[in-house]
Amino acid sequence: MPDLLLELFSEEIPARMQRKAAEDLKKLVTDALVERGLTYEGAKAFATPRRLALTIAGLPVRGRDVREERKGPRVGAPDAAVQGFLKAAGLTSLDQATIVSDPKKGDSYIAVIEKPGQETVAAIAEIVPAVIRSFPWPKSMRWGKASAQTGSLRWVRPLHSILCTFGAETEDPEIVPFEVDGIKSGNITYGHRFHAPGPITVKRFDDYVPSLERAKVVLDADRRKEIILADAKNLAFAAGLELVEDEGLLEEVAGLVEWPVVLMGDFEERFLEIPGEAIRATIRANQKCFVLRDPNTGELANRFIPVSNLIASDGGLAITAGNGRVVRARLSDAAYFWQTDRGPLPDLDTLKESAEKLGLDLAKPLDQRMAKLDRLGVVFHAKLGTQGERVERIAALAKTLGDLIEPQKRIGEMLYGGSIATFHNQIKCAASLIKADLPTEMVGEFPELQGLMGRKYAELQGEAPSVAAAIEEHYKPLGPSDRVPTDPVSIALALADKLDTLTGFWVIDEKPTGSKDPYALRRAALGVIRLLVENELRLPLANIIFHHRFEFAFENSDPDGKIPLTGHELHNHVAKAQAADLLSFFHDRLKVMLRDQGARHDLVDAVLGEGASGNDDLLLITRRVAALGRFLDTEDGRNLLAGYRRAANILKAEEKKDGEGAFAGAPNLPLIAEAGSIEEKALAVGLDKARDAASRAVAAEDYEGAMAALAELRPAVDAFFDKVTVNDPDPALRANRLKLLNQLREATRAVADFSRIVG
Amino acid sequence: MPLAASSDSMNPTRSFQGLLLTLQRFWAERGCVILQPYDMEVGAGTFHPATTLRALGPKPWKAAYVQPSRRPKDGRYGENPNRLQHYYQFQVILKPSPPDLQQLYLDSLKAIGVDLALHDVRFVEDDWESPTLGAWGLGWECWCDGMEVSQFTYFQQVAGVECAPVAGELTYGLERLAMYVQGVENVYDLNFNGLEGEDRISYGDVFLQAEQEFSRHNFEYANTETLFRHFSDAEAECKALLAAGEADAASNDQSHKLALPAYDQCIKASHVFNLLDARGVISVTERQSYILRVRELAKACGAAWLKTAGGGAN
Repeated sequence: MPDLLLELFSEEIPARMQRKAAEDLKKLVTDALVERGLTYEGAKAFATPRRLALTIAGLPVRGRDVREERKGPRVGAPDAAVQGFLKAAGLTSLDQATIVSDPKKGDSYIAVIEKPGQETVAAIAEIVPAVIRSFPWPKSMRWGKASAQTGSLRWVRPLHSILCTFGAETEDPEIVPFEVDGIKSGNITYGHRFHAPGPITVKRFDDYVPSLERAKVVLDADRRKEIILADAKNLAFAAGLELVEDEGLLEEVAGLVEWPVVLMGDFEERFLEIPGEAIRATIRANQKCFVLRDPNTGELANRFIPVSNLIASDGGLAITAGNGRVVRARLSDAAYFWQTDRGPLPDLDTLKESAEKLGLDLAKPLDQRMAKLDRLGVVFHAKLGTQGERVERIAALAKTLGDLIEPQKRIGEMLYGGSIATFHNQIKCAASLIKADLPTEMVGEFPELQGLMGRKYAELQGEAPSVAAAIEEHYKPLGPSDRVPTDPVSIALALADKLDTLTGFWVIDEKPTGSKDPYALRRAALGVIRLLVENELRLPLANIIFHHRFEFAFENSDPDGKIPLTGHELHNHVAKAQAADLLSFFHDRLKVMLRDQGARHDLVDAVLGEGASGNDDLLLITRRVAALGRFLDTEDGRNLLAGYRRAANILKAEEKKDGEGAFAGAPNLPLIAEAGSIEEKALAVGLDKARDAASRAVAAEDYEGAMAALAELRPAVDAFFDKVTVNDPDPALRANRLKLLNQLREATRAVADFSRIVG
Repeated sequence: MPLAASSDSMNPTRSFQGLLLTLQRFWAERGCVILQPYDMEVGAGTFHPATTLRALGPKPWKAAYVQPSRRPKDGRYGENPNRLQHYYQFQVILKPSPPDLQQLYLDSLKAIGVDLALHDVRFVEDDWESPTLGAWGLGWECWCDGMEVSQFTYFQQVAGVECAPVAGELTYGLERLAMYVQGVENVYDLNFNGLEGEDRISYGDVFLQAEQEFSRHNFEYANTETLFRHFSDAEAECKALLAAGEADAASNDQSHKLALPAYDQCIKASHVFNLLDARGVISVTERQSYILRVRELAKACGAAWLKTAGGGAN
């Protein structure tokens, strides 16, 4: 079976687009082939900075012939019907049609249309140009003389040549002939830009890959990555160091070279006074070089690893020296930022008002930066005001949260030497500084260092360790696997930052939809949940959100005028509705989190029940879910659930006859005592006991206890169903027994809504 | 008797001016008109009307020139070995972009003494955009051993207008390239005239004092009130000229008569904005609105240019 080889040779393709482009090329071409009935055995796509390549193995020489039968009118039908048939079938006269006989319907015409399968070469010659013309590059361009006309070819960068061959292993493949905007397909490729720029004639994939290797091109990006990683590790090891691995950088660098040559350079040790993260950020972002660390101390070493695209005639000395020069220049810049950020700002007078408002000390550099951020009116979000306003809101919220956290963490006794005031002061101080590093030079240059630089600068100006830590940690956790802060000051600020963001975006109604979540609100909500659960903190979230909502303006809170309320009442109404909506968002995130952890998210619904109180205490909810899950894993739990379901099903059926709520209320105990069976009595007594015990346990937040209380019902329930006929001929006994079952249903509700448990 | 301005002192690897002259000669030999710098303060060579305006319209165009460029914010009081608030760009514009533009560029590097068997030259993605000019293009930063020495752009849009045909633009950072080929770590140590001993003139001899004084000016002394006024004046003048140059609807000649003078005012507004930005008196929100205002001017100037002979009208 013949194979296809396709190569699109262009000027340098951006590294970040290469992998996806190769995959797109494969999908578009193979899909189009399959659509024409041309199946294949295997396909693989490749990308280098200058080429996309695709090999498809095991294609047929031509598509299958298609034989189609088209039914026509019966013999002797009116002329109009006959003419219509001829036209539709593409026949000129009835002679070309066949007559078929049917014992019931009589004779009728039939047209047999035979389409010979298309030559695969012809199909490819149609498919490839179409794919090239509509290729889904994230950004594409026009170029050259052709671009004077509208509709000229677009490609990611100028496309220079197209190689396209098709043929079996045993023969010389043919060139699939086509032309795209003046570029004719051929069997020529080119090697490395500097080492082998001349044309190379290619037959098929088997000789294409080794020919490129000889011409200093490694076609497969994954192989280039392996080479880079292995060589970098070896160089590091030889220097007694360790490579700081960086998958993102590795992927990018592999997209910048066709023939990787890994080198090592160094810089002056004095630059190591710059925070390691900043050194890494600048060398990575600007130079696309790896950094190294000392395996003993874990500290960065004054070395770096550039990956060049050239086997230089001097062994890479000049390249290393050149890279070193740029790295030093970049580090000089970083050192300058590091220095400048710690010095005073000019025009301090203009910052006084902001400093006073935010409680900042203008003698300190980081405080000055926050004042500047406020003074410049840097906008957080067009509808949510400035960063300064946001910091004020966060400070207010953090104070409230601090009051709620403090007794739970018993901060006075444990951490702050008896001074609760210290704790509150630290929250206040941290709140005023959490965004202060945004206008620093360092964060301006490396946004990914936000928080971290704030912490470093705070430490340098003598802030308390908790305050400095909170500046970095208030952004955390940044995802399901990121670390959750444990310092109470950090917790208060991390919660305040996220709750302010969430409340704000709910106020302006910019919630996540589908896959769109530009402000990472889902991540923020998950962060809140993890902060509470992992730190075992209980907060009345709905209430907090409701009150925080008043920090934002009320505009058009009832644009339709449908709510018959005004002023304060209207605002209360709106705030409540928004808090409730945000709370249900939290519940959804909690379900997702539990599901991702492999837990049963249906139990969340069961525990939440229908608007049960305390539903905004996420810690309690997770505890109840955990207790319920454990209970349902026991035999008692499974049997009780079965008993509950049986009771619920019977009730459902009987309520249909007698009406909803017909069996509410307490059963008639004297009647049971007089006429009931022993099992019935046992259940009545057990239910009373269990319900009381379960309610008491729930009130005491002892969910294991509540489950245990319910579990004690199990023998009575089993015996009841075993021995007692619910639908007794005596209507009084029947009603009483149904009331008993209703009591059982109610008793379980004290713990969870069992009807929502799945499976 | 003239100094020993031997061919050696004009060697591009020995002197800054030698580098510059070599590039001019190289591109002159490839059909470019060699222009002199535009006589106004600009942030980049692209602002020169020989690029911005000539990139618009159907007429072929090949030009190369040096352009002093001012980036007030990049001032470092002469203390940073790599950063300057005033530096030179060498600008090449070829419309339509020739198919071998990358090779031409590499040849020009060879001409100024970059040995391509020794140095790692790479084309690294860099999508160019000038919000103030309403312009964008795709291309690369050209790296030599990890250092960005040039920008290489295929203009797709300028002044809000689609380029047809597309022009290729090359911008060489002359100081960086010179530092590279001279093997100098500090820009102020560059040999400017290629001579030695007491005849030697360094880049620092020529520019250090200016860097110090202009850094002071840019960050501390530029009168912001005056600058705000200059901005408004230039904006108003630009609009007035655009209106005045517009053809009379009844006239046979529909060409615009004042596109170039109007564009000068747009350049002026842009530079004043850069100065205000360096003084830190423009908030983030305001910043956006200033950029928009300059862009509106640039777009209107581009539209006017297309109604002139140079822009391909009639």
